[in-house]
Formats: sequence, structure tokens, C-alpha cells
Amino acid sequence: MTDAAPLHAVLRRLEEIVRALEAEDTDLDRALALFEEGVAVLREARARVQDAELRVQHVLEDAEGELRITDLDV
Amino acid sequence: MTPGPGGDDLFGGAGGDPAGERPAAGRAADRAWTVSEAVGAVRTGVRRALGQVWITGELGEVKVHRSGHWYFTLRDADAQIRCVMWKANASRHRRAPAAGTEVYLLARPDVWTDRGELQFTAVKVLPTAGVGARQLELLRTREALTRDGLLDPGRRRPLPPDPAVIAIVSSVDGAALRDMAAVARRRWPAVRLLVVGATVQGDAAERTLLQALALVNRLPVDLCILGRGGGAREDLAVFDREAVCRAVAAVRVPVISAVGHETDRCLVDLVADLSASTPTAAMEQALPDVAERRHRIGALGERLAGGLRRRTALVTERLFRADDRLRHAIERRLARPRDQVAGLGARLDALSPLRVLERGYSVARGPDGRVLRRLADLGPGTRFRLRVADGEVKATSEGPA
Repeated sequence: MTDAAPLHAVLRRLEEIVRALEAEDTDLDRALALFEEGVAVLREARARVQDAELRVQHVLEDAEGELRITDLDV
Repeated sequence: MTPGPGGDDLFGGAGGDPAGERPAAGRAADRAWTVSEAVGAVRTGVRRALGQVWITGELGEVKVHRSGHWYFTLRDADAQIRCVMWKANASRHRRAPAAGTEVYLLARPDVWTDRGELQFTAVKVLPTAGVGARQLELLRTREALTRDGLLDPGRRRPLPPDPAVIAIVSSVDGAALRDMAAVARRRWPAVRLLVVGATVQGDAAERTLLQALALVNRLPVDLCILGRGGGAREDLAVFDREAVCRAVAAVRVPVISAVGHETDRCLVDLVADLSASTPTAAMEQALPDVAERRHRIGALGERLAGGLRRRTALVTERLFRADDRLRHAIERRLARPRDQVAGLGARLDALSPLRVLERGYSVARGPDGRVLRRLADLGPGTRFRLRVADGEVKATSEGPA
């Protein structure tokens, strides 16, 4: 999973892994590989929902058509 | 227009195609038009000349047919035209306006080929007296947006499930922005809000809104919320403007409008992918709830660990079972040789000289170990060893007995 993957995609992958792991016909090697990936994906998902500071920014277009983005205290 | 090949002088030019089109398929270029072809061509021309438009005029008597269709005439000082309103549209009106009423009529021209008559097919009729210029403009805009499919509910896009960046078009210092930021902080603080300021009141409103919406398309956002700064109904007129509606439809990410009142919605609300009653409600809809997501992640984590435990338990159990089966197989494989060995052992045992000694026999052997079987081997004075069941003794022969 890359940083760019949205959380819902991360969670969908995690859901798939868990389901495959819960299925009885997965062989042990595969189950271990899935578990390893699952742990990495889980870590990724947890990182996404950690406490964060809301960022509010103001976008302005200057006379040259360039965008200027400044932090906004709301 | 030139006559077709072989065209008759009598009908000079008749073989040409009016307006360069073919009104009826299969018509040869070298003969006269049939009436159907000619009327059909006019019909095509009429339909192209004018689409659905608002016309104002005075209503003649409206004949309400038993079928439910309305037939009437619309006229002004210099012209008149027959009109029909089919039952489906007529039934949307409370009743037919009286003759002589000044009305606005939404209609499109058509030619009835069977009678060769020009008439207008009407969709809506409104008495002029009850309609302000603003309402008429609203109806016209709505009509135009409908025609282009912008009000089609099938056009609405689903909202992204986890927007990372949201553009907010609103006034920068209004209460709406503060409300939205508060919701974001509570529900999903990892989101980034990019505020594009727009005046939502006064003469500059339309221009700044259009600029802001165009700017949104240059930003790396997942979603756009069009927020109202608050204000009287008049202040929201800009959200009924056609250009603003079209600009909202042109935003390349889903748009949530939060500009209309709950009772009286703006046209922008109908063009947007979702309309919320307030900016707060818009942000609630836009963002997932971090607590809910955390709970889901926790549950998946538990299932992940549980899944592996169960999986390994299953394998261990299988290993034990396989081990048991292996043991049994080996046991079975070994049983026969073991029986054979036991049988052979018993037979060997029966043949053993020791068994014979047990029964009371003994064996005499000379010093060289040779078994002494005959009297001749045991002359008087012969020294020999006598083997009995539990050992040997030294002995000397005293001669035949």
C-alpha cells in the first residue's frame, strides 16, 4: 500500500486479507504471508486515524494567475 | 439550388434540396416533390428554426377536450398561432386560464403534416399577472438546465468516501466557515480544507462565484462544498443564476451545495451532486467519522490475529492427525515381519541343541572339540568334556560299560 492509497482502499485490502485468512482452504504459507501483509496494512490504517491537527488554508489567485495558499486561523 | 440531372424545365429547381437537406428518404432527384415530402421538409425546417421558448401573448378560448388535451390560440396585435397542450402537461395545471388572459407560454413550434398546419406544442402556461420577471427568469434557467441534462438525477456523482482535501467556496470570515471547520475538527481532523473566498451578496457575487468555482478546478481536491454566508432570500438569488449553475456542473469533483433554505431550494441545489440544508450538515455528509473508522480498524485487527491463530491451530491439529496415521501405517507394515520372525524363532528354538540337552541328553567332546559318538572314540582313559544343559564337566572314560 502506498501513502497515496485512500483509507477506504486500505481498509478494503485489510478486509480481503482477513477474509482469506479466515477461509479454511488457505494453506499455511499463504496464511503467514497474508498475516504479514495484514499487519503492515493495519499499521498503515492506524496511522491514518491518529490524532491530527485540522489544516484550514486560504487560496488566493494573484494578478499573474498564480495561486497563493496561506494558513487560515478559523 | 440546381435542378438534378434530367430535371424538367417545367419544375425548374424542384429537384434541389431546400436548405441542402433531404426531407424524405428515397426521393429521386429527377421528379416533383410529393406533398408529404414538401410538408415534411417544412416541418424539419420549422423544428430547426425554433426550439422550446417562452412566448408572451393573449390566450384565446381554451378548449379542453374529453381526452384531456387543451386546444387554444395565442395572439398579440399582429399575429396568432394555434396551440395544443397534451394531457400529460395540461394535467399539471390547476385549470385552464380564461380567454383573454395575458400569459407566458412555454412551447415549441411544429407542423402537423396531415393537415399542413403550423402550431405550437405547449408545455406550460402561466398568467403574466402572477409572474415576476425574476420567476420567469428562474423558469427559463431551469428549462435551459433541464434541456442540457444538468438537473438529471442520474448525473449526480457519489461523494468520495475519504476526502483528503476539500475545497470550500464561501465567504472567508463568515459563520459558515467556522461551523464547517468545527465539524471537520471533530469528525476527521486529518482533512485539509482549502478555502476559496467568494462574495455571496451584491453585484460582485456572480463574478466572484464564477472565479472561485473556476479556481477550484485548479486545486488538487477530492470534493467541493459551496457554502452560504447566510442572508436573506434575495441574497441567494445568485445561486439561481444560469452561469453559476453551469459552473457548479463543470466542477470536476463532486459538489455539495449548502446554500438553499430547506423550504425554498436554489437551482444550484439541483445541479449539485448533493444538497445539504446547512454548511454544518454539508461537512457532516462530506467526512467519515474518525471514531467509527477507528472502531472498524480495531475490529479488523482482532480478526486478523484471530484468523492466524485459528489457521495455525488447524494446521497443528492436522499435523497431529497425520502423525497418528503415520504411526498406524508403520505399525501395520511392521506387524507381518514381526509375526514371521516370531514363527521362525519358535522353529529355531525347537531345533536348538540346547533344547535337546534340556530334555536330559548330553554331548561328549574330545579335547579337539570333536563330538565323540562311538565306543571307539571313548577308549578307557580317554579324557573328554561332557556338555549338559547348564554347563560342562571334565570326565575320563573307564572303558565300555
